[in-house]
Formats: sequence, C-alpha cells, structure tokens
Amino acid sequence: MSDVAALPSRAALPRNQGLSDLSRERLRSAWIFLVPMCLALLIVAGWPLARSIWFSVTDTETDHIGQGDFIGLANYLTWKTLPSGRTVFYGVLVNPEWWNAVWNTVRFAVVSVACETLLGMAVALALNANFPGRGIVRAAILVPWAIPTIVSAKMWAWMLNDQFGIINDFFLRIGLISHKIAFTATDSTSMFAVLAVDIWKTTPFMALLILAGLQLVPNDIYEAAAIDGVHPLKVFWRVTLPLVRPAIMVAVIFRFMDAMRIFDLVYVLTPNSSATKTMSVIARENMFDFNKIGYGSAMSTLLFLILLGSITLYLWLGRVNLSGDGER
Amino acid sequence: MSGIELKNVRKSFGTVDVIKGVDMTIRAGEFMVFVGPSGCGKSTLLRLIAGLEDITSGDLLFDGKVVNKVTPKNRGIAMVFQSYALYPHMTVYENMAFGMQLSGSDKAAIEKRIQLAADMLQITPYLKRLPKQLSGGQRQRVAIGRAIVRDPKVFLFDEPLSNLDAALRVATRLEIAKLHEKMHDTTMIYVTHDQVEAMTLADRICVLRDGLVEQVGTPMELYEKPQSVFVAGFIGSPKMNFLNGSFAEKYRASTIGVRAEHIDLGAADKGWPGKVIHTENLGADSYVYVEIGTDEPVIVRQNGATRFETGQSVGLVPNEPLIHRFSADGRPATG
Amino acid sequence: MVSDLAKKGAFYLFVAAIVFYAVFPFYYAIVTSFKTGTSIFQVDYLPTSFNLENYKSVFSSGGRPMTLDDVLHFNITGFPLNFINSIVVSTLVVALALLIAVTASYALSRVRFRGRGLLLMTILSVSMFPQIAVLAGLFELIRAFHLFNTTFALVFSYTIFTLPFTVWVLTTFMRDLPVEIEEAAIVDGASAWVIITRVFMPLLWPALVTTGLLAFIAAWNEFLFALTFTLDNAHRTVPVAISQLTGASDHEIPWGPIMAACVIVTLPLIVLVLIFQRKIIAGLTAGGVKG
Repeated sequence: MSDVAALPSRAALPRNQGLSDLSRERLRSAWIFLVPMCLALLIVAGWPLARSIWFSVTDTETDHIGQGDFIGLANYLTWKTLPSGRTVFYGVLVNPEWWNAVWNTVRFAVVSVACETLLGMAVALALNANFPGRGIVRAAILVPWAIPTIVSAKMWAWMLNDQFGIINDFFLRIGLISHKIAFTATDSTSMFAVLAVDIWKTTPFMALLILAGLQLVPNDIYEAAAIDGVHPLKVFWRVTLPLVRPAIMVAVIFRFMDAMRIFDLVYVLTPNSSATKTMSVIARENMFDFNKIGYGSAMSTLLFLILLGSITLYLWLGRVNLSGDGER
Repeated sequence: MSGIELKNVRKSFGTVDVIKGVDMTIRAGEFMVFVGPSGCGKSTLLRLIAGLEDITSGDLLFDGKVVNKVTPKNRGIAMVFQSYALYPHMTVYENMAFGMQLSGSDKAAIEKRIQLAADMLQITPYLKRLPKQLSGGQRQRVAIGRAIVRDPKVFLFDEPLSNLDAALRVATRLEIAKLHEKMHDTTMIYVTHDQVEAMTLADRICVLRDGLVEQVGTPMELYEKPQSVFVAGFIGSPKMNFLNGSFAEKYRASTIGVRAEHIDLGAADKGWPGKVIHTENLGADSYVYVEIGTDEPVIVRQNGATRFETGQSVGLVPNEPLIHRFSADGRPATG
Repeated sequence: MVSDLAKKGAFYLFVAAIVFYAVFPFYYAIVTSFKTGTSIFQVDYLPTSFNLENYKSVFSSGGRPMTLDDVLHFNITGFPLNFINSIVVSTLVVALALLIAVTASYALSRVRFRGRGLLLMTILSVSMFPQIAVLAGLFELIRAFHLFNTTFALVFSYTIFTLPFTVWVLTTFMRDLPVEIEEAAIVDGASAWVIITRVFMPLLWPALVTTGLLAFIAAWNEFLFALTFTLDNAHRTVPVAISQLTGASDHEIPWGPIMAACVIVTLPLIVLVLIFQRKIIAGLTAGGVKG
C-alpha cells in the first residue's frame, strides 16, 4: 500500500498517456481501410454533385459542357423590367412546368407510400401468422420485387393497353367501365397507372420490413394479452403498433425518399405525360432533350435540397442514433 | 518468471472512472484471484493487464519493465474468455494452432505443443472436431488448451466457469487447480464474482470494490482478518452476521460481525435471546434464521440436521474471540 | 363456430388475393410470350398456345436467329448482347464494391475512432442522393475520362449506389460478430488484416453472398445512368434495350417479343431470389430494422 500523500494530485497526471501499440495499429489499419471507399465516393458522388450544383449557377449547354458562364441564381429566379414598365420573371422557381412536376412528385410520393405502408402492413400481419403455405406466399410476394422496374412497366403497359389489354377487357366484362380507357395515355388516369405499378412493385419490400419488425415482438406479450383476454384489435392497436412503429418509420422514410426521386417508371410507362412528369424526369428532359444542362441542374439541385431538408428534419425530429456507440 | 506490478493504475471510459487507482504486486507463479461484486472493475483490470484496453494513467510492469503500450501478443500472456471465444469455423486443432501459425512457427513445433496441451486436458479425441460439435465443458477445455499452447508467462482467466452448470463448474475448477500445480512457474490471474471459486483456487485473493482494492491476502487472511466490513461480508458463505446498536456498543464498536459457524444455539436463557423464524436443512449442515431485534435475522450454522424449529425461542452464544469489531468507518476497531 | 370458419375463410381469401395480385402480371407476360401473330390481340386469361417464335426473335443477332456458331465466334449483337452487357456490368460493379466495402466495414464496425458516426451518416446520405442530382456532373466526368458509351461508364457510375449499400449492410453484419473472437485473435497476435481475412470472412461469407446478390439486382435494374451514358445498342444494358424495343413501323409495338424479353430477363432473377430468399430478406431488413 502506497503512502497516499506522496502521490501527485490527480489533476497533475496526464489525462491520456497516449495510445498503446495495439490501439495505434488498429487505428492506422482503420484509416488505410477507409481511404479507398472515401476516395471512391468522393470521385463518384462528391465531385459530380458539386459540379452539378456549379452547373446550376451557370448557363452551360450540354453540347459545350466546359464553356458555361457564371450567372448566379439566374437559373433559379431572375427578372427583367421591360421598357413598358412591366417586370417579367424567369427561372425554375417561376416555371409552371416545374411546379407541376413538384406537385406530381409529392402527390405520387405521399399516395404511394401511404398505400404501400397500409397494404404492406396488412400483408405483413398475414405473413406473421402461422399457416400452411406461408412459405409459398412469402416467395410469391418476392416476385414483384425481383422484377426489374422497366420490365414491370412493360408488363403492366401491356395489361393496361387500351386496345388489347386484359384490364380493359376485364373491367368491361364486369361492367366497371363502358368503353376502353387508355390508362397510360390519358391525363386523368396516367397517375393512377403509375401508382398501380409502383404499389404492386414496392409493397412486398414494405411488407418484408414491417414483418421483420413484427417478428421482433416477443411472443410472450401476445400470450400474456391472450390470458388477460384482451380483444385482438385492441392488442394490435395498443401493443403491436407501438412496438412496430420504429421499424415502420424507418421503412416509410426510406420509401418516401425513394419515391421523391422516381424516374424509371414514369419515363417508360407514361412518357411525355405532363400529368405524371416528376422532378427527375423534367430535370433530365431539360439537360438532355433541351440541351440546357445548367437549367436542368438547377432543377436537380432543388430536388437534392428538398430531400436533404426532409432527411434533416426527420433525423432532428427522431434523433436517430446511427454511430452504434454505446454498443461495440 | 513474471511478477506483475500495478502502480496507481487508473482507467476511464470517457468521463466514467472505472479503475480509480490500483496498487498491487502479483508474485511470479502465484494464482491470484480478482473478486468483487459486478461493476467493481475486476474484468476491466484483467483486460488492462492483457493489453486489450489502454491504461489511462499509472504504470503496469511485467518483471520490472513498463508494458503499458505493449501489444497483447508481445506481453507473453494468454487469455481464457467467459464465452470460450473459439473460432467457430476452425477445428479444435486449428484453433489451438492459430497463434503459433501467425508467428511463423514450423509445423512440427506446433504439432508437439498441441499434443502436450491436448494430453494435459484430455481433449486429444476432439482435435478434428468443430466447436459446435462439443459440449460447454469440452469447449472450455479447448479454450484453456489454446491458451496453454501459447506457452505464456501469465495466464488470464475471465470468469471462465460462469457459463457452465453447477456440476461442470466443480469439475472444471478441479482441472484448473491441477493445471496450476502442473504449471507452477506460470502466473495465473483469475477473475470471478463467486467467492467459493476464489477461496478454493487462490494463492492470494484481491477483493475489489468500485474500482479500488479493498484488501489483498491469502484466503485464510481474508477469512480470519478482514480489514473492512465489506470484505468481511463478501468472503464466507453464508454472509457474516452484522449487528450494531446496543449489541455493538457492548463490545466498544460501531458494528460487530460474527460468522454463522461461530455461534452456538441453546436455550433461551443464555446469550442473546431470539426466536427462530426459518430453518434450512441441507443434509450435511443446516442454517437457522433467528430474529433477535436487529435489521436482519441472524444466521446460525449447525452440523447435520438442526433440532430447533420455527417459532422456538432460543439463545445465541457467539464465540467471543472470533467476534470482529468494526468502527464507524468500516475498518477494524482498535483499542 | 361459423364466425370462426368465416374468419378463416376470409383470411385465406385475402392470402389468395395477395398471391394472385403478386404473380398475375408475370404469369400473363409468360402467357403472352407464347402467342404469336394475331392471337396476341385476343385477350386470353389462360394459356392458349406454346409457341417459341417470340423467344427466337429475341435471341436474334443481326436480323437472324443466333446460332452456336455465333456464340463461339463472339459474334453477338442485338438483345443477347444487351444481356451480356448487363451481366458484365453488374458482376464487375458488385466485385468492385465488395472489395472496397469489406475492409471499410471492418473499420466502421470494429474500430472506435472519432468521427465514425459522422462518416456512417455521410455514407448513408450518399445512398439517398437522387441520381439526377449527380447526373450532370457524372456526365461531364465520364466524357472527360473518355468512358462515354462504354461498359466502364456504367461500372464507374453504379458505384455511387452499390458501394454505400454494401458498406452499410456489411457494417451491420460485422457489428454482430462477437467481440471475444476478435479479442482472442488479437491475443493470438492477429493484425487487423488477418482478423478480417482469416477470422471474419469465413463467418461472413453468407452475408457477402446476400449483399452481393442485392447489389447485383440493383445494378441489373438501373435505368437512368444506362440511358444517359450509352449510345448504341452494342453497349446498352437490358433495361434500356427493353424500353426501346420497336417494331417494323413506328406504331407497331412488338408486344410478343417484348414479353418474351421480359420473361428471359426476369426468370434468372426470380430463380436466384427464390433460392436465396431467406438471406435476401435478412439482408434487406438488416439495413432497415436493426441498423
């Protein structure tokens, strides 16, 4: 036992004597391992994003990509006062087609995510129950998910075909409609067509995520509720739902972000339809069909900012812990 | 030879101080047991000695050389983990050979050492099996075998028996004791929360509490001369009886402690009067719980089956020289 | 009693509806693909013919059906070439991503360092980028590297979503490996590289397969970059090719061959997904629920 008085006071001791050889070796390895990934992401994501944002403040044309001039926020919003005294506004932010695209995108995202969550929940609940043939059902719902988006678009386009489509045929037969409808070509129905395909394709994904969350609920909770004689609907509402909520919230935010950037389905199923044109579609159109890569980049940057804002809001509200600190 | 010295060793995780200044000497070749309640820092201390955690301040010396920054491999240690930590995809042989392969030993040398260790622990029939094909006890022996193969100067055990059932625990305890006899040059440091393991295996025990050393000594020293109420209450099963108030005042102490095996039970007119509230009959001995007016009932040990029954009025006669007196700070009373 | 039966009946009806809803479009595509000529324009709910005409036309090179000779002499054009392009691109990009991701995930899951949480969040956010937001910048880069209209343009650009995804999923899987095994390896003298290759990889290879498969499917599926960065049919991948299948005249859409192409492209994917369904579901949910 040392004489306590002889020891230096705690404050005088160095707080951290430095790392051991082991810690140092591990940290060094960690950095070496991370460099390839960081480099790759910088080149493939970081730089292009920065460049695209740069394009959005220039008047670059796609054909002459190196030769654009800085024009500030003119692509976004600018105005000119005419000799007559009238002020005219230009830019993405006053472009009605842009706002139409925004509205299309938001409309699509909200409806599709809502339907996919509800339907997915129903499917997940069904799959959570133990019944013969459960394996077949689970395999069956993987089919829409496995099919490439373009293929789904073509398969459904064929089913929705106005002249030879099976859906028109079926609806006519059961008297739901009186004449064949060109689902993908008519403005009033094209969004429904897109929604139909997306919901068909994505519900399995939602269902699987929710099912995983459901299966984390320990069985004894249900057994205790059964012994207490609680009505199954009440069990669902007061027990299951709160416990599954974190899983659902993660699934919803992922799906929402995905839905907001949709391109493939809209481009292939309902090409050139102003009723379904989303932000991604109109941005690309400006970049590669209208040769206006600067103007188009302004649109894509706006989309990026909207998504950034959404996820920041979500994280700030949810205070999600992503680093895993506190565990290993 | 590996004597280990700890000089004012401290360990903090962020702002939390887990080890708050430990000074200790572990003699070469001795079997030292770190024991204490959960959260006292015994596992952390073991991991500091192993080198799996960095020491925040203070010095750790192996044979007089400071090894704070040395990697575990270079410290000459081997470790047996609570969960065995065998590589699941390797056979028993490959598990044991792994360390030597990494340091470039030749096949013949590896083979020889593994055979020796396998013989010592009787695991030779399992050498070609995968860990999942073995029982818990067999896996633990393989883990010990893997450690032996490293030919370490210091053997570290981190609660190795906690995952085994009671019968297996006793059997494996015996194996570890025999191991210590065979490898009497190797220092062994053993962490457990079970004071029975500590008492039966240790040359010396170090009782830890809240990141500090309470007492270091041989099992008998801790049993007969505890230097604090905490150690007195921690060592020995059942727990020592503590009495304060008027009982303690009579002995000029703040608290007195007397072990269950040092009290005689007799008729109600002699000694401390009380009433039996519960008896436990274990066959070889029995325990009688007596209410005498203190916070907790006093436990008395009796040989064989007790003749006292619940509700009976009895008198407790403690063995006077074996009463421990403690002053208000929890230390033994002087004077 | 009756209400129990009714409940059970309703449940199985619901389940049947789910299966029907999920599988019907694919079934109908198969049915259509086996019809030729005018029978396509007739709506049939059940298969009526079994004609391989459409498949032959999909597998045609330079206007005539492909033969074994063509394959052996690498004289492949048309849709089969698109198929090969897709396979090559997807395989290369997955291999590249896994190579980089394995070591990166070790660092992210097993070594504590300052800024780890921030880095993980950055990686996650990269996978959330709308691809359109980087399209312009990537377009310029690809032209600058002279990669336009090559397979490597796609391998290069697909990294933006395969890499974050594989890193994220592998990090989650590696986090779950027990600490003690790693510590035992450290005591045995294993360096980080040895730990990864000789201790963790053998335990993780199912996760690698799953992650690789999911990344493969994502790469196979990709449309926007493939549309923008390739020009001629020789370099197109399957999704773009299918979207641009046209017939003899502008208004004649070859539905038969289109459905056949759809079936050809989808069948291997469905088989793979069904074989690995448990692992795939685990991989998908690892990122979502536990991570």
